Amino acid sequence: MSRRQDVRRTGLEGPPPEERTRPVGRRNSQGIRIDPEIEAEHEPRRTTISAYVKDEPGVLARVSGLFHRRQFNIESLTVGPTQNEGYSRITLVVEEPDPGIDQAKKQLNKLVPVIHVRELDGNPVAVELVILKVDGDEPDKVQAITEMYGGQTLDAGPRTITVQITGSESEIDDAIDAYKQFGIREIARTGQAALARGEAETARVEEKHT
Amino acid sequence: MSKEQARTAPEADEESTTGDIETGADAVVRALENAGVEHLFGVQGGAIMPVYDSLYYSDMTHVTMAHEQGAAHAADAYGIVSGDPGVCMATSGPGATNLVTGIADASMDSDPLIALTGQVPTEFVGNDAFQETDTIGVTAPITKANTFADDAGTVGTDVGTAFALAESGRQGPTLVDLPKDVTSDPTTQDPGAPTLPETYNPPETANPDAVSDAADVLAAAEKPVILAGGGVIKAEASDELRRFAKEHEIPVITTMPGTGSFPEDHELSLEIAGMHGTGYANMAITVTDCMLAIGTRFDDRLTGGVETFAPDADIIHVDIDPAEISKNIEADHPLIGDAKAVLDQLADAMVHSPSTDAWLEQCEMWTEEYPMDYAAPEDDPVKPQYVVEVFDEMTDDDTVVTTGVGQHQMWAWQYWTWTEPRTWVTSHGLGTMGYGLPSAIGAKFAAPDRDVVCFDGDGSFLMTCQELSVAVRENLDIVIVILNNDAIGMVRQWQDAFFGERHMASEYPWIPEFDTLAEAFGARGFRLDTYDEVENVVEDALEYDGPSVVDVHIDPDENVYPMVPSGGDNGLFALTEGQL
Repeated sequence: MSRRQDVRRTGLEGPPPEERTRPVGRRNSQGIRIDPEIEAEHEPRRTTISAYVKDEPGVLARVSGLFHRRQFNIESLTVGPTQNEGYSRITLVVEEPDPGIDQAKKQLNKLVPVIHVRELDGNPVAVELVILKVDGDEPDKVQAITEMYGGQTLDAGPRTITVQITGSESEIDDAIDAYKQFGIREIARTGQAALARGEAETARVEEKHT
Repeated sequence: MSKEQARTAPEADEESTTGDIETGADAVVRALENAGVEHLFGVQGGAIMPVYDSLYYSDMTHVTMAHEQGAAHAADAYGIVSGDPGVCMATSGPGATNLVTGIADASMDSDPLIALTGQVPTEFVGNDAFQETDTIGVTAPITKANTFADDAGTVGTDVGTAFALAESGRQGPTLVDLPKDVTSDPTTQDPGAPTLPETYNPPETANPDAVSDAADVLAAAEKPVILAGGGVIKAEASDELRRFAKEHEIPVITTMPGTGSFPEDHELSLEIAGMHGTGYANMAITVTDCMLAIGTRFDDRLTGGVETFAPDADIIHVDIDPAEISKNIEADHPLIGDAKAVLDQLADAMVHSPSTDAWLEQCEMWTEEYPMDYAAPEDDPVKPQYVVEVFDEMTDDDTVVTTGVGQHQMWAWQYWTWTEPRTWVTSHGLGTMGYGLPSAIGAKFAAPDRDVVCFDGDGSFLMTCQELSVAVRENLDIVIVILNNDAIGMVRQWQDAFFGERHMASEYPWIPEFDTLAEAFGARGFRLDTYDEVENVVEDALEYDGPSVVDVHIDPDENVYPMVPSGGDNGLFALTEGQL
């Protein structure tokens, strides 16, 4: 509680910054220790995350709100019921560096209605669906493209033809390109639905995993 | 019939139906009673009226606050000081939105808080009815969990679950939205004790192999530090921390929320780190080779730029929330579990202690090189740090200190000598100006036998000063110390350093006389301008049996140092403005 005699405007005493002991290391912007010579950062990669959730009101809003709030880059999100009544599966395609994917999984897992979260790395069975409405001037050509992509014609009239294609994201991209020549009027595209390949479990259904 | 008569009536007549559950609101109240709740903080209003009506017969004490934000902060502080979740309640619409700041504050600081909000009757929901707000939507990102109660038969268990979630695992705020028809509908269902949902299983102990690896790394370290965060206090692990640090002679630094977990008067304490932490703590966390970080989320105000945060250190990160691991700083040794349990595991796994003699000597040198020795002039005006120190000297160790946010908060943090957990009550993560007075009210209800001192700024005080009416009405023996510099001082400090001294909207050409304002509320008001008056006024304020306000006109030129600029290098903390 000593009141000192010297009057300075404000501040404290001590060796200035340039005279201090310095550490040798450095971290990158993701907080990971690195070799100071190489400013390595993780590059973003695209992956599929599957979440098994309790189907209660607002769970989808919670998941999408979480991804927005934490600035996770989300490519697609689908949700639908499962074989177990009262439970849904949410499939997310995200593009993030490894630390971001790790965070996305952990933050998702923190939501109380979320039972289990897993990243479907490797080669999951993944599919999406697109409905395209194109001009009906060249029905034979449209039919040929549709067959080439294993699709179906859902509606054909004098002026428009509507087809459905299912497949991987890149197959759908290719198909859309192929239809462009006819004049695409409208597109409705789902996000990706995915399951782990073979006997691997997509998401554990019994207990919450921490 | 008076309320007193109504309360005693059931005892006189055993056959009375009072106390039975008849409505959803009764079930809500019973759920709180079953959870052991003793105090509630709230404001009445249309949609929550059935719940208040049921409270009429309860032994729980309801404290009517002046504003719902005050209710949330009071309940938050109640939770921090008591360790049990605080409960706040408000009506729908503006009542609920006024709680939002307090809920967000609790969320950032992982404080156990339950908010009960009235809602328009279910049939009106979605119609933009009078005082309707989508409270669930508004509060989803700032609650650990929130629930729209849709049935009188289950509303009690909804409240019980909210209570259990708030206090379990990583603590946090929960909310139950209570439509008026749900609380009015008949039910006789007793909700029973609070129960966690089946899907919620927080971790307890850490993986033993990971603990053993971490212990080996720590034992081999030459420059180890312990960084104790708020999780240590939340887990009631202060005793374990003290034992562990002393046993292995490792210096301890606390984060702002961890302050009080380790006594600052102990020789192993380097006190506080971060933007306005001590020079010696910031030196130690910068050059350490092994950091045992417990219950901290590596907030940016602590780390500064992550590139320069403890770049030579192996990080052992103990946290109950797996999502905190490697969120901001990569953990070399993540230990996921309850801080108390993991500290016990670590203590058992330590085969030997690190050799820290040279390191402790280095730390001791830093404490001599960078003393927290503010330059107090002989002449007035009074330095704020001195006022904090006088209050510290004249009160007991278990005194609860609350603050608003700004320079006064930093001076209180820096110049109070913290020795006990649950004595430091402030808005850490959200930085809510106006937090000090309502939190002092909540703290006093949680600790009626302890001194409660609120350090506030003139700007912060003006944001919630209406809560003084509550302190007077409840005759709470608290002291509010306004470190008054006629400015939003921290903003002005930044303007001085980073905005060419352009004091845009940070200085008050005129502010009220706070001592007179206090008297108008019915509190005791003091004004303090000179060093000669300090000790007497502090003594009078502490002795006064009721709320008192001390308006201290401090040196307006005083700024907060040391300072690490936002995103800067902790090791390059500035001691003066010229070093920024």
